[in-house]
Amino acid sequence: MRKQGLQIAGFATVVAAIQLVTSLTGNVYHLTQLTMSAYYSLVVLGLCILTGYAGQISIGHAGFFAIGGYLSALLTTHDLSAHGGLIVSGLAAMGILTRRPDLYGGDLLTVHPWPACIFAVLTAVAIAFAIGGPVLKLKGHYLAMATLGFGIIVYRIVLGTELVGSADGIYNVPAFPLLPGIVVSGKSSLRVMNYYVAWGFVILGMVFLLNLVRSRVGRALASIHGAEDAAEAMGIPTARYKLKIFVVSAAFAAVAGVLLTHYNGGIGPSESSVMKSVRYLAIVAIGGMANLWGTLLMSLLLNYLSLRGYFGTYDDAVFGGILILIMLFAPDGLLRRQLFEELRAAVFPAGGEKET
Amino acid sequence: MNLDLFLQYMVAGVTYGTIYGIVAVGFNMIYNATGIINFAQGEFVMLGGMTAVTLGRFLPLPAAILGAVLITMIVGALLEILFIRWLHRPSVLRMIVITIGLSILIREGALHIWGESVRALPYFTGTSVTSIRLGGVYISPQVLWVVGIGAVVVAILAGFFRYTLLGMQMRACAANRDAARLCGISAKNMVTFSFMLSAGIGALGGCIVSPITYVQYDSGVPLAIKGFTVAILGGLGNSLASAGAGMLLGILESLSISVLPAAYKDVISVAILLGILFVRPSGLFGSVEEARLKEF
Repeated sequence: MRKQGLQIAGFATVVAAIQLVTSLTGNVYHLTQLTMSAYYSLVVLGLCILTGYAGQISIGHAGFFAIGGYLSALLTTHDLSAHGGLIVSGLAAMGILTRRPDLYGGDLLTVHPWPACIFAVLTAVAIAFAIGGPVLKLKGHYLAMATLGFGIIVYRIVLGTELVGSADGIYNVPAFPLLPGIVVSGKSSLRVMNYYVAWGFVILGMVFLLNLVRSRVGRALASIHGAEDAAEAMGIPTARYKLKIFVVSAAFAAVAGVLLTHYNGGIGPSESSVMKSVRYLAIVAIGGMANLWGTLLMSLLLNYLSLRGYFGTYDDAVFGGILILIMLFAPDGLLRRQLFEELRAAVFPAGGEKET
Repeated sequence: MNLDLFLQYMVAGVTYGTIYGIVAVGFNMIYNATGIINFAQGEFVMLGGMTAVTLGRFLPLPAAILGAVLITMIVGALLEILFIRWLHRPSVLRMIVITIGLSILIREGALHIWGESVRALPYFTGTSVTSIRLGGVYISPQVLWVVGIGAVVVAILAGFFRYTLLGMQMRACAANRDAARLCGISAKNMVTFSFMLSAGIGALGGCIVSPITYVQYDSGVPLAIKGFTVAILGGLGNSLASAGAGMLLGILESLSISVLPAAYKDVISVAILLGILFVRPSGLFGSVEEARLKEF
């Protein structure tokens, strides 16, 4: 437990150091991409626990991200004042509606971001719960295809539905007042605060997941990854654990979707595309599969490079290439936890004893 | 919906169904040889169509199609030799991820070679407005080409696997790899060959439908999904059944347009895929007992 606390503290120090360096050298604009990387990292961490630890592949996680983001965006931008009626006045009486001026000086009556966020995440969780049962019965190709199919359905629906802006997506999404004084918003004056908010979420998520993998659940997941039938024979309710972890990882993706949408002020259909799901998977693979820290570092690095445009028009090709290379040469992931021990053993063959 | 309209939808469904069937036959061929699903199968169709359009600028149509099929076959063989042949007993998860990666690389390569523009081969006979009237239904001659060539391909394949030595060697490898190797068959070469054949069939499919459906760098993904749906529908590994299942999906899809907005067309086939996976993963024509023993 102490080691874990030190790791978290070390990571928080790095996060703070990056902010200080960028602020002192006058490069604060980097923090915008780093904030976005943080939200994408939440999705990747959720996928890491599902694919890396429990061994269940998902090529549809962008779907959960999009469900969260789109629902929250829709509820906080769709003007209800024209609808009237019992439902709207009921919602207003419950205090979950909010009025704000729109771009043209008119008056918008929309759902407040908090209830919208809760509704969006709960919906994603409910969908994960509903499809998780039958999906997770599948293995191998079928599991890959089913999750891919789910992602494609979400993508096609957001692309083909006018209510959510079809190919344009939803824009003018309002800022999200999390707590008094703390707002998730892309305003450049709030850049530093948002950087800390985003990485605060990542650290919270990290603490939760690190504790999860050390718990009874984590050991059960590892046994499912190793040999599902054997785990079942040992009395581990494998189906229930797989479903639980699928829902947890969907919730991570949905929360990230909601927060990033409010941060960016909008969301488009590309967020739910298959390429995004594949990208998350590539990051988990390069991060070492069952290695939360490795995955987090790689996610920070690769998302940042990608968002800053370092890969240019080869963006998707880079992630495709990463996937192939990792799977060809290091199918257990690149930054495996055993890697360092193996390296040490290779350099100092006699059980770590150094020649003097 | 009156009868003529219904028949018109059926014609469209059969056209699309043929191409889905062709993609599914390609899936099955590689699945039978290796036990893996090649997620890059749709990319072969795209490559075939794109290459033929480019070659068609300075070659007559039949030569351009032949050239495109040959080039795609070489690409298929190269993929297998470079990325799959030397792996020692790869896990299913590993193969899935590798073929997904390959499909992305091929797609991105096509984007950089050909750009985002939409292309098409010319109609094989007549133009886009030429049509033959059969009863109350108008049929483009290209539809007859698609269905005709599709049927010929399936027939030739059936004959190839049944009567030629190479075909029998491939079937032997599919049935029992180790026993086939004991008989002196090079299982590795058979896998390479199945990739070539599957790429060639996909490319041919891409050429014959491109006048109707057009082709662009990313048209492979939806085809792969539908091809896979069809392969599952027919029972994985069963080529003849998948040709039939292709028709079924094509018809369902084109009838769905009369009920749902066309933008949701792809949702239908994916929903069917999920339904089949959840309820009957052995496929409509497959045996449940047999499917339980397979490792997917």
